[in-house]
Amino acid sequence: MLHLAAALDQPSVHDADPYVALARLAEHGGLDFVTLDDTFARPGPDALSVLSRIAPTTGRIGLVPTVTTTHTEPFHVQAAVATLDWVSRGRAGWRIEVSRTEGEARLFGRRHSAPADALWQEADEVADVAARLWDSWEDDAEIRDEATGRFIDRDKLHHVDFTGSAFSVRGPSIVPRPPQGHPVRVIDATDGPARRTAGRHADVALVRAASSAQATAVRDQLRRYAAESGRDPDELRVLASLVVDLGDGEYAAEPGHGGGGPRPTAWGPLYRGGPVDLAELITSWYQEGTVDGFHLVPTEPRRDLERLVNGTVALLQHRGLFRTFYPGSTLREHLGLARPANQYAGETS
Amino acid sequence: MTRRMHLAAHFPGVNNTTVWADPRSRSQIEFSSFEHLARTAERGLFDFFFLAEGLRLREHKGRVHDLDVVGRPESLTVLNALAAVTDRLGLAATVNATFNEPYELARRLATSDHLSGGRAAWNVVTSSDAFTGENFRRGGYLDRADRYSRAAEFVATARELWDSWTPDGVPRPFAHRGRHFDIAGEFGLPRSPQGHPVVIQAGDSDEGREFAASTADVVFTRHSSLEEGRAFSADVKRRLARYGRTPADLKIMPGVGVVLGDTAAEAREKAAVIRRQQTSPQTAILTLEQIWGVDLSSYDPDGPLPDIDPVAEPSLTRGRTRRGDTVAIAEKWRALSREKGLSIRQTVIEAGGRQSFVGTPAAVAAEMEEFVRQDAADGFILVPHLTPGGLDEFVDQVVPLLQERGVFRTEYRGTTLRSHLGLSEPPRLPLSSAP
Ligand SMILES: Cc1cc2nc3c(=O)[nH]c(=O)nc-3n(C[C@H](O)[C@H](O)[C@H](O)COP(=O)(O)O)c2cc1C
Repeated sequence: MLHLAAALDQPSVHDADPYVALARLAEHGGLDFVTLDDTFARPGPDALSVLSRIAPTTGRIGLVPTVTTTHTEPFHVQAAVATLDWVSRGRAGWRIEVSRTEGEARLFGRRHSAPADALWQEADEVADVAARLWDSWEDDAEIRDEATGRFIDRDKLHHVDFTGSAFSVRGPSIVPRPPQGHPVRVIDATDGPARRTAGRHADVALVRAASSAQATAVRDQLRRYAAESGRDPDELRVLASLVVDLGDGEYAAEPGHGGGGPRPTAWGPLYRGGPVDLAELITSWYQEGTVDGFHLVPTEPRRDLERLVNGTVALLQHRGLFRTFYPGSTLREHLGLARPANQYAGETS
Repeated sequence: MTRRMHLAAHFPGVNNTTVWADPRSRSQIEFSSFEHLARTAERGLFDFFFLAEGLRLREHKGRVHDLDVVGRPESLTVLNALAAVTDRLGLAATVNATFNEPYELARRLATSDHLSGGRAAWNVVTSSDAFTGENFRRGGYLDRADRYSRAAEFVATARELWDSWTPDGVPRPFAHRGRHFDIAGEFGLPRSPQGHPVVIQAGDSDEGREFAASTADVVFTRHSSLEEGRAFSADVKRRLARYGRTPADLKIMPGVGVVLGDTAAEAREKAAVIRRQQTSPQTAILTLEQIWGVDLSSYDPDGPLPDIDPVAEPSLTRGRTRRGDTVAIAEKWRALSREKGLSIRQTVIEAGGRQSFVGTPAAVAAEMEEFVRQDAADGFILVPHLTPGGLDEFVDQVVPLLQERGVFRTEYRGTTLRSHLGLSEPPRLPLSSAP
């Protein structure tokens, strides 16, 4: 089944309502998830906070904020993402990103910026320790055993004792294991240094590719990395990430667009045309087996998302390529991903 | 003029007052529990809803403490979600100043204030041990003076950031260089709907009180008997003048429990049952071990107290506030036990008693009013022992009586937490120096 996601980013919006409206629209279209980007470098609200605010106003759609790993505390990050999973009843994701610039480093004043390789190495460790902390509580740790007076069975809680290159964490988490076991981890794997981390940890990889061939190449590499790290490559969903401008919906796509494919720009590959041609492009890439789905970043959020849902999605549903209702309730279920086993289960602490 | 009181709701959780074994006790982690309690608080026109925080699970004898509620969601994330299911209720998060960084936390708090339309509050705590630090990059330990100096600079820095945009919404560069932080750049958000999130303080040392007087809008305290409350309140409010502030600028709110009955006797009986539920035989022994600092698992909770002396520096329990001079406490408890002929469990119950308002709704309303009238408190943070229904009775039975007495609001006048608390919007700091 085809997977679809959309970005909710809206410059200079700090109030909840415009985000709620877009998320509901995306949910109306049955999309797997929405993303909200984040960086300390530019103005805008904290993405995870915005998506927690949205959680109770939506019922099914996955919620995937970007949370960076460079200047943040891994322990706080995993707790916040786990909590997003609790408040959304199993719909949380986490788009893992790094902070590259010296400007971001100056906002914290703790250390300088570093090369991408080092930042992704650290992100890899953060992803690793987060998974351990999510597993640091077994699912059935809470027992409420009146006879012995115990609220939990502490044999089902585990120290993680993680030592990385830049931090260490003792654990366990303060938050019980979230509903999905592990919230869904999303990594933009367009840039080389991010790819090994994506292969190892991502449930969903985003690839900004202007052609089907380019997307295929990255996907093959990601699947290879996944296999090398002992994962089943079929447990990794690869989505092509496109900036979409559906403003010319009434007209045929520009030459070189629509059926011809997106055009590379500074913000990534841009598709400009109508919703129907976008459905053509999605159909053809998907049927060639290039990708498992698409992550669409509207240039005019309100207008483009509306056209996406009522035009592109409706057509894909009509063709039987995309769901018309959510058969499951968690983001993992939408993506067809299993709930991960607990790496500590059965061990004594 | 009658003084109005302020009311807040504490989500019961990781503490030994929460009775998880009661059949009415529901999930401590699922959102529905938080939603129920927050909606109840808003139905009762409360000022705010309060979440505590702990960043390391408590341990006893080297293992995770297992007798009380363990585990909770991360505060700010839950409160952001609660902003969607409430309209007026203030949303207060406890967040540690020792294990966070000003830019990031100021941004998260400002985001919450924007998303909730001006209802965010921050309870600034500092943590006290390297034990918690083992979960963090910055690790380690700061002694008390340094913790409060960092916390004070942290809040001051956050305020610089919150005020760094011009009134017409243009970001201006900030630069802060101090003892603890050396940061510069542009803040991500304009000034939030109530100017700054409300700042709460909960700590009782001299440094803590000074910090409250200089910086906080609300103090959350455990001093909850009338006499202690009056003394504490007078002490903290006396310190305000030093910072050019007046008593109206700082609200003192003790945490209290409430037990209601149709008669005074019934309420007392219920309170006794609850105290027993809060102190299981296992909890009684463990409480003793926390003071004695040695393994007492062979003692009978229904038998007498040990006659051995406690070790001076108990280290059996980690992640809990120190209890002070343990030898003196042990002496006091033994005296209490001898005098009244109490077992271990009965002694723990008797000695560990927290101030609660116990009685008929009318008596409780009258007593609460008395506290406020006598300057023992500006209001209360109610700590129910049940999740999530523990405030239902209070809101249904006591709030209307407080309203009849004219000491509690009958509607929300404003939309922001500052307006509920009667606090003015903080003046904008002069635009800070560019780097
Ligand atoms: C009523 C009350 C509630 C508190 N709640 C918390 C809490 O939720 N999380 C926390 O880390 N510390 C909490 N504290 C601890 C204090 O904020 C403070 O860090 C600690 O008491 C040490 O400071 P002190 O030396 O000034 O007492 C609380 C303290 C009091 C008095």
